Amino acid sequence: MEAREIYNRLKRQFPEDVTTFDAEVMDPCIHVRASAVVAACTYLRDEPDMTFEVLSDLTAVDLPKDGKFQVVYHLYSYAHRHQIVVKADVPREAPRIQTMESVWKAANWMEREVFDLFGIDFRGHSDLRRIMLPEDWVGHPLRKDYVEQEEYDGISTQREALVPEVLR
Amino acid sequence: MEEVTQTEIKPFHAEDMTISVGPQHPSTHGVLRFVVKTDGEIISEAIPDVGYLHRSIEKIGEKVTWHGYVPYTDRADYLAAMFANQGFCMAAEKLGGVEVARRGEFCRVIACELNRIASHLISVGTFGQDIGAITPFIHALRERESINNLMEEICGARLTYNYLRIGGVGYDIKDETCHRITQFLDHFEPIVDEYNRLLTNNKIFIERLANVAPITREDALQYNIVGPNLRACGVSWDIRRDIPYSVYPELDFKIPVGTGEMGALGDCYDRYLVRMQEMMESCKILRQSLKMLPKGPAISKVPVKFKPPAGEAYVRVEAPRGDMGFYVVSDGSEYPYRVRIRTGSFTAMGLIHKLSRGIMVADLIALIASLDVDAPEIDR
Repeated sequence: MEAREIYNRLKRQFPEDVTTFDAEVMDPCIHVRASAVVAACTYLRDEPDMTFEVLSDLTAVDLPKDGKFQVVYHLYSYAHRHQIVVKADVPREAPRIQTMESVWKAANWMEREVFDLFGIDFRGHSDLRRIMLPEDWVGHPLRKDYVEQEEYDGISTQREALVPEVLR
Repeated sequence: MEEVTQTEIKPFHAEDMTISVGPQHPSTHGVLRFVVKTDGEIISEAIPDVGYLHRSIEKIGEKVTWHGYVPYTDRADYLAAMFANQGFCMAAEKLGGVEVARRGEFCRVIACELNRIASHLISVGTFGQDIGAITPFIHALRERESINNLMEEICGARLTYNYLRIGGVGYDIKDETCHRITQFLDHFEPIVDEYNRLLTNNKIFIERLANVAPITREDALQYNIVGPNLRACGVSWDIRRDIPYSVYPELDFKIPVGTGEMGALGDCYDRYLVRMQEMMESCKILRQSLKMLPKGPAISKVPVKFKPPAGEAYVRVEAPRGDMGFYVVSDGSEYPYRVRIRTGSFTAMGLIHKLSRGIMVADLIALIASLDVDAPEIDR
């Protein structure tokens, strides 16, 4: 199914929550309000002529100029061999969105990664812990304004400080 | 072959014991850890603990130029560096509208398929080793060593190749090298009998793997299992054929799928068998592309200060551990705005928690080996 048609179908189902459609990009994408993203994705998964049974990727992009994070879902259907990108915006001050775990189990780990590296809170997630970094790490590295802590567990994270010490 | 039956194990509940497997356990192939709760030999749950190899490759992507990022992608999965190169270069080319030199495309296919064989050799070799057969590992490494030599001839490196460039490849493949690759194929194709004797038809090996931890089609889709692990569940899906890229549509190859050869569909043995068959298909692809290798430049003209227009691209390549996706965002500057690498091992690890319930401790090792998870690719 063409991306335009997928958008039309989704728009008819959720006229309020489906906002815009980017057709003139490489991977056409549908913007959905954060509050409705789970309902929209469930619809995309269950509709017989769309059946997006796979969540290929779930990630986020930090857009500090617009004061928001964009959560990006790449969906794919093996049965119909089509793909669509769904995006939802969450405000930077209080980044919160519903978990996609109930729709695709793969979201569990991917959301943990986004939580770890971006600090987005996935409401209703069964096990929202850091996955890459240690539990006591400060900050979320993939944010554009991230400043690395100077030392961790008594070990300097600054290269300059370490080099002369090693050479001495 | 007699039908392999598993003796039913009656639950006998004693006190649960929590043990830590890894991060330095030999079966973890890198550093990853499982917190295993067991009742005797039976696992009640195994919780994967990853992140030991996190090198923030995605963050580095925002700090270096487009050309400069290619060597970093090598490190995403060091057993299959060529595919990460390919994924990132394809994403950059898609964004910048760069056309790849035709000879370059064939050089990429040759390098990638050699790399796929090398990676699968490690996979099946360590598979044997993990469940107690040391010999096949040595045999597999011997063959991989020849591929490393070929790779060294092609691009000067044996592990982290940094061979691909945006627009083509860094070095042309010479005629002598083509000849030596053919020689290697002549030697390697019959060798598979050796592996069949050592592993494939080995009764102990079969009994250890058949019916162990089968993955259903539903689980595979829900958890986004990709690559050979997905095909072992009977789903015929390969990016090379189904979302064609590079020159794969011109080549003739089959997609091996699991059939439940010795037990349940999608069990550990099926995953092993699919990889063995895939190596043979790679040999076929190699022979064809060596024959079709056109004359001409191996790289097209790309500006040194590569600045693709603002936009984003999602590109998928079929790596040995499955669908490797690059989601790259450009803001029109010299540096990528965001690079995201989606890997097969990461999603496969997400499934282990569920699969581990009720299996034996020794089967957990077989399960990890059969999924061919690779710690650097999980953590990136």
